[in-house]
Amino acid sequence: MTAVISKKPAGAAMARGGALLRAREMGIGIALVLVIALTTLFNHSFLSASSVQQLLTGASIFALLGVGETLVIITRNVDLSVGSVVGLSAYVVGNTFVNHPQMPIIFGFVIGILVGAVVGAVNGLITTVTKVPSLVVTLAALYIVRGIDALIVNGKRIDPGSVPSGFQTIGYYNVFGVPLLFIIVAVVVAIAGYAMRSFRSSRELYAIGSNPDAAGLAGIPTGRRVFTAFLVSGSLAGLGGALFLAEYATVDSTGGTGYEFLVVAAVVVGGVAIFGGSGTILGAALGALLLNTINQSLGSLKVSPFWNQAVAGALLLVAIAFDRWLSLRVARSLKSEQGAHRDV
Amino acid sequence: MEPLLVLDHATKSFGPVRALENGSVTLYPGEAHALLGENGAGKSTLVKILAGVHRQDSGDLTIAGELVNFSGPAASKAAGVSIIYQEPTLFPDLTVAENIFMGRQPLRGGRRIDRGAMNKAATAVFSRLGVDLDPERLAKGLSVADQQIVEIAKALSLDAKVLVMDEPTAALTQVEVQRLFDVMKTLRSQGAAVMFISHRLEEVFASCQRVTIMRDGNFVSTAPIEDLTIDDIIRSMVGRNLESLFPKTITEPGKVVLEVEHLTSAGVFTDISFQVRRGEIVALAGLVGAGRSEVARAIFGIDPYDSGVVTINGKVLHRNAPRESMAAGIALVPEDRRQQGLVMDLSIDQNVALASLSRLSKGGLISRSSERNLALDWAQRLQLRYGKMRNPVATLSGGNQQKVVLGKWLARNPSLLIIDEPTRGIDVGTKAEVHRILDGLVAEGMAILMISSELPEVLGMADRVLVIREGRLSANMSRAEADEDSVMRAATLQSTESIV
Amino acid sequence: MSDIVATPVLKKSPNGAVPPSERLSLRSAVRWESGLIVVLIAALWFGFAQPNFASGTTVFFMGYNMGEIAIMALPLMLIVMIGEIDLSVASMLGLSGTLMGLLFQDGWNIYLAMLAALVVGALGGALNGVLIAKLGLPSIAVTIGTLGLFRGLAEPLLGANSVSNFPASLTKIGAAGVFGTHFSFSTVVFVVLAIIFGVVLHATPFGRSLFAIGLQSEAARFSGIRVDRIKFWLYVLSGVLCAFAGILFSLKNASARYDQGTGLELNVVAVVLFGGVSIFGGRGTVFGVVLSVLIFGTLQSAMTIINIDPQIQNIIIGVLLLISVIIPNGGEALRRIRARTRRSV
Repeated sequence: MTAVISKKPAGAAMARGGALLRAREMGIGIALVLVIALTTLFNHSFLSASSVQQLLTGASIFALLGVGETLVIITRNVDLSVGSVVGLSAYVVGNTFVNHPQMPIIFGFVIGILVGAVVGAVNGLITTVTKVPSLVVTLAALYIVRGIDALIVNGKRIDPGSVPSGFQTIGYYNVFGVPLLFIIVAVVVAIAGYAMRSFRSSRELYAIGSNPDAAGLAGIPTGRRVFTAFLVSGSLAGLGGALFLAEYATVDSTGGTGYEFLVVAAVVVGGVAIFGGSGTILGAALGALLLNTINQSLGSLKVSPFWNQAVAGALLLVAIAFDRWLSLRVARSLKSEQGAHRDV
Repeated sequence: MEPLLVLDHATKSFGPVRALENGSVTLYPGEAHALLGENGAGKSTLVKILAGVHRQDSGDLTIAGELVNFSGPAASKAAGVSIIYQEPTLFPDLTVAENIFMGRQPLRGGRRIDRGAMNKAATAVFSRLGVDLDPERLAKGLSVADQQIVEIAKALSLDAKVLVMDEPTAALTQVEVQRLFDVMKTLRSQGAAVMFISHRLEEVFASCQRVTIMRDGNFVSTAPIEDLTIDDIIRSMVGRNLESLFPKTITEPGKVVLEVEHLTSAGVFTDISFQVRRGEIVALAGLVGAGRSEVARAIFGIDPYDSGVVTINGKVLHRNAPRESMAAGIALVPEDRRQQGLVMDLSIDQNVALASLSRLSKGGLISRSSERNLALDWAQRLQLRYGKMRNPVATLSGGNQQKVVLGKWLARNPSLLIIDEPTRGIDVGTKAEVHRILDGLVAEGMAILMISSELPEVLGMADRVLVIREGRLSANMSRAEADEDSVMRAATLQSTESIV
Repeated sequence: MSDIVATPVLKKSPNGAVPPSERLSLRSAVRWESGLIVVLIAALWFGFAQPNFASGTTVFFMGYNMGEIAIMALPLMLIVMIGEIDLSVASMLGLSGTLMGLLFQDGWNIYLAMLAALVVGALGGALNGVLIAKLGLPSIAVTIGTLGLFRGLAEPLLGANSVSNFPASLTKIGAAGVFGTHFSFSTVVFVVLAIIFGVVLHATPFGRSLFAIGLQSEAARFSGIRVDRIKFWLYVLSGVLCAFAGILFSLKNASARYDQGTGLELNVVAVVLFGGVSIFGGRGTVFGVVLSVLIFGTLQSAMTIINIDPQIQNIIIGVLLLISVIIPNGGEALRRIRARTRRSV
């Protein structure tokens, strides 16, 4: 009898494919609400319009980078070069505006995306052709790109005066009270989230990360898909660089330093399995929002901003430990379910 | 009738190694065709050529009258060839339906995946198979049998012209095997050809019309099944008579070396009790996945267990402590030689020495000369055929690799040797040698617990036969009591019947 | 698979039978190190072409620049040997120096402050070890997490401040060599440690078991090697030695800051992989890592003499890192490309 009963919870937990993931997104949502509620309790201005706008703006670039990082991590790879790409792209875009002040704003974005796409393509090419772990490839890229950035910057900086005001507007304009920056990123997240669910090629990304050998046997063009993931990640980081310039209107050779760490943390906290195969774009974006909200909440509680990185690191560790615990629990209940099944 | 698939004199080498000398097979629409041969006969290589994973060096592959040249697995799939591998190749993080339709999910409105239609289609395939699986559950956590069913559903949904099944029944119960045969029948009636690879000859006789036999990478013969007997098939596969394979000296068993009492690990095995004495070989028989290897791993301490007692030479062992088990005199020659038995890139002598390093050290440093001498000594005793001791063990043939594993453990002079699938993937000549070694060890007073899926090996070598079925001990027979029928019955009988 | 192995031909002709990834043997390791020697000679030749390179000062500054990196590379090498990674090394260097500085500032005896920093190093390493060895979490994710965590813990300790009034008797390691030579203190420490690591890795049962774990951890476990325990202690060792490197780093600069050594994990990983330690585990020699340290040191000194910006030096380090992982895999990649073009014909 007990056998039959014990079968239920495990079966239910596993029954619906997306249930676990959706649970994760719910979890982050709840955590968000809790953080905001608690902070507001101590500091009433935390929920003011300007503070919320700040929350959304602050999370935007990380969420955008998180989209690309999610694609890469889902294929069982990692892209550590995103922070350097942000810095390089921001400076190159700014420098182009310095040299061509009359250039239409849209070209700023195109140039940013192109810069990122080049780095992403190189990362993807080396990873897929030589089969070298992407950890090492993109770690090297992190420093090489930053070095190239330093070469180009050569000690200078882009000042707000040389960034077209139209371009800067994007960084602070609000549409009916919602930051434009956030809207842009939300559109990207929505498109990417939709694509990851609805297209064959994007489902193949999940298949590759879930079981690379089986993906090969199933005839999936593994190399091409992984390359595309890196390309997208690089391109979005390039776009992120342009948005970085729009938001801050100034950049030197250190722009975006350390972002790779915060992005990986946000994505993993958002429920994207570091060993590939599962996770959603929405989860990653929510992870970025949660991380940023916690940071700002600490700030508004007069906790030194120096704690931000420690919090992100700790959250990352807690998230992977929690995922592990969850999967062990599910595995155990499945095991006893099968044992019970045998006994019937 | 025109053949559906013809592979004619295919060859395939890996570097200087010829894995396939002459791979030839012809499949007609509507037939179930068995491909038989020992491990190492070249079956897997042939299957991988059909799958588009490997490309033959020479020889033609014709499908439905057209010469084809597969550029990869996708091309093979597109040509209507569907493969079910021994190890299921599912994506654990995706749903069952998505596993079935990966890369060809039903679409709507252009390029969007139509999940509703996909799930419906999966359900339809399952109902054709007569199984009840939720298409929306994740593949993660499916039993091996259910995974195999998803693989079959995949092949079925492809409307494959040629279905190749590489030992699909290894992990299935009798009922599931029967269902699989029904599916084969359905496919055949629709004009497909099924190629069936199995080590269980009775299944071949129950389901196939023609048989192709391979040996040492070569085509031996193709014949209608009714023209053959089991003995004929075995003789063609092995290339000589069987008797000499199993030298057996009957000795009087001595005192109890290993005593296992009520060993239980939830969901894996339950209430296992038995003894092994000095000077006897006790065989642990049963189907793959019945829990035999898991019992061995628990005794040795690789895996934990929930309850029960393991005693060796009167000493009770702690759980999960391989070093303690080793010190107490247990040796384990594991099932998977390449992953568990050997470190393939280390040299022959380093592998032999790996379990005896502290004994070979002076002042904390490994003595290279004692290491070498130990390896040379065992190489000679076990008649190892090798090039240089410094070569990676990966350069040896399967049989000689197995001898290295044996040497590694015998060098510790254990009182109990647990050996899991002693001759899997070993050429016939070395097989007999391994058996002779085991026989000699028992004669010298060692206790051996042998796990084997090969019935002739169990019957030929064992003094006593234990059978495990679905995690429980279902029979304990003397050498005299055990025969093919009684062991298979104990291994496969459905639990509902045994309760009565 | 078994089909391939059991074919009798194999007995005579070993090589091509094994997949290329498994084929790198001792011989190729030796070849890698011969290559390193050639590169070292080239680097020295490049160095001597620079003015004022051939001097005791250069020897001292090589140790000054490379010492901590070299010390951290040794435990990381063992971790990479068993197929794992530790990206938190530089953050631990920052945390330990910061902690020592803070405690010293609060009036602690400097040696007690050092001890506390080492203990924190051990604890930090143990945290990595528990998460990776006991919980079985992927070391990439864990050490990216502790990379942030350790640095993030150091940050609020000192904020934007620095501690700089360390006893002159200790900070002199940053000004001159020891025992009247041109060898920096960290150089001496590295040499001693390298000898110990070399003996342990290449001549003891423990060292042998590291190779076994890295090549086939399952087989190691089945041979009675306590894989999890070894993994745990290697991370503790890494934590302690990185903390020690952090102490040296603060003392030689006569200043402890939370952001000291930021990004050094690149240099440490690069030194290890360029030294011929396989990123997939199971292959590498201490000798190779020592050669790699010398090469990096020579290049860095030469580049500093001719005033190349450190950020730009990073480009060269990054490229060397890429080279050291691509070359061992390059042959196979070429073969794959060739096979593909042949297929499409």
